[in-house]
Amino acid sequence: MAAQSNNPAPVSPRAGYEIDPKLLELLVCPVTKGPLDYDRAAQELVSRAARLAYPIRDGIPILLADEARQLTEEEAAR
Amino acid sequence: MPAAPTAAAPMNVFDPTALAQRRQRALVLGPETFLLDRVAEDLLDRLGAVKRRFGNAADLGTPTRVLRDALAASGMVETYKAFGPAERADVDVVTDPEILPFAPASLELVVSALALQSVNDLPGALAQIRRALRPDGLLLAGFLGGGTLNELREAFAIAESDTLGGISPRVAPFVDLRDLGGLLQRAGLALPVTDVDRVVVRYGDPLALLHDLRRMGAANPLADRRRAPLLKKTLVRLFEVYAERFADPDGRLRATFEIVWISGWAPHESQQKPLRPGSAKTRLADALRVPEGKLPGEG
Repeated sequence: MAAQSNNPAPVSPRAGYEIDPKLLELLVCPVTKGPLDYDRAAQELVSRAARLAYPIRDGIPILLADEARQLTEEEAAR
Repeated sequence: MPAAPTAAAPMNVFDPTALAQRRQRALVLGPETFLLDRVAEDLLDRLGAVKRRFGNAADLGTPTRVLRDALAASGMVETYKAFGPAERADVDVVTDPEILPFAPASLELVVSALALQSVNDLPGALAQIRRALRPDGLLLAGFLGGGTLNELREAFAIAESDTLGGISPRVAPFVDLRDLGGLLQRAGLALPVTDVDRVVVRYGDPLALLHDLRRMGAANPLADRRRAPLLKKTLVRLFEVYAERFADPDGRLRATFEIVWISGWAPHESQQKPLRPGSAKTRLADALRVPEGKLPGEG
């Protein structure tokens, strides 16, 4: 149940969804149990410890390591 | 999802790819939910007996919206988030039940209906749930256990042995009730309770049962299953054996589903505990109203 985004300038065609902050508080990286950073623009949940970016599709976080994108060296260093 | 075993699941009894396909096919066929509906109703009753309102609740893998709708109507939980497999469009978070994304001490309630029977590493899942619960948080789950589909297991074994000269795993191994209390305690859950609910369903023929199992997403998901199609002669023999052994006097065939229930709480100081040894204030002999004597063979 994703609420409509209040962001006046969506930066990506997929950014129409805003993840419920209460849901984000419940979530950690399943692999490392470390924190996840919400990247609104890319619609990803980023685990720096695991060097993985989990996709958010239609407002639903996909917290599967198999579906996650490997962070580039540059992204991981940031 | 690839079928390769993950580090968290050293021995895969269940094939995750097959599980996903079975769930997908059940959605396409139109899910059969009589068993799930019964389990969900029972879960609501059990939760109602707790007489407490829960803040953050998570559902782990329940195959339909039934718990979401029932819990919303009951007012027993404030927020409810469904964690489940990717085939479902109505989960809040797509999750692998073996590798959970719950933040530590973030949940007051974890519920699950008819999902945990196909987890390869149940002790691991329970330990992860325990860590996600706040002190005095509750895990309440019902899933298929031990005696489920014993008739089918036996009938398939005989039919395959008679027609193929060997048997292959057809019905999943289910966890034994006697092991569950220990598993809950090992996971660090206090006041563990386990019990079992046996549901006997009667069918006109084994095909109706097999069809129902498909529509429950419960067709054979075993990693070691026989991949060749079921031969007609095996199926015919299965019908014969099932009818010989598991028919009621009226000719209808029994199929047993065993629902095991587990509940346990994240430890909290308000919970009842055993007294310290030696802290008794009354002698046992007085309580029993018998004279205190020596044990046989004692000094």
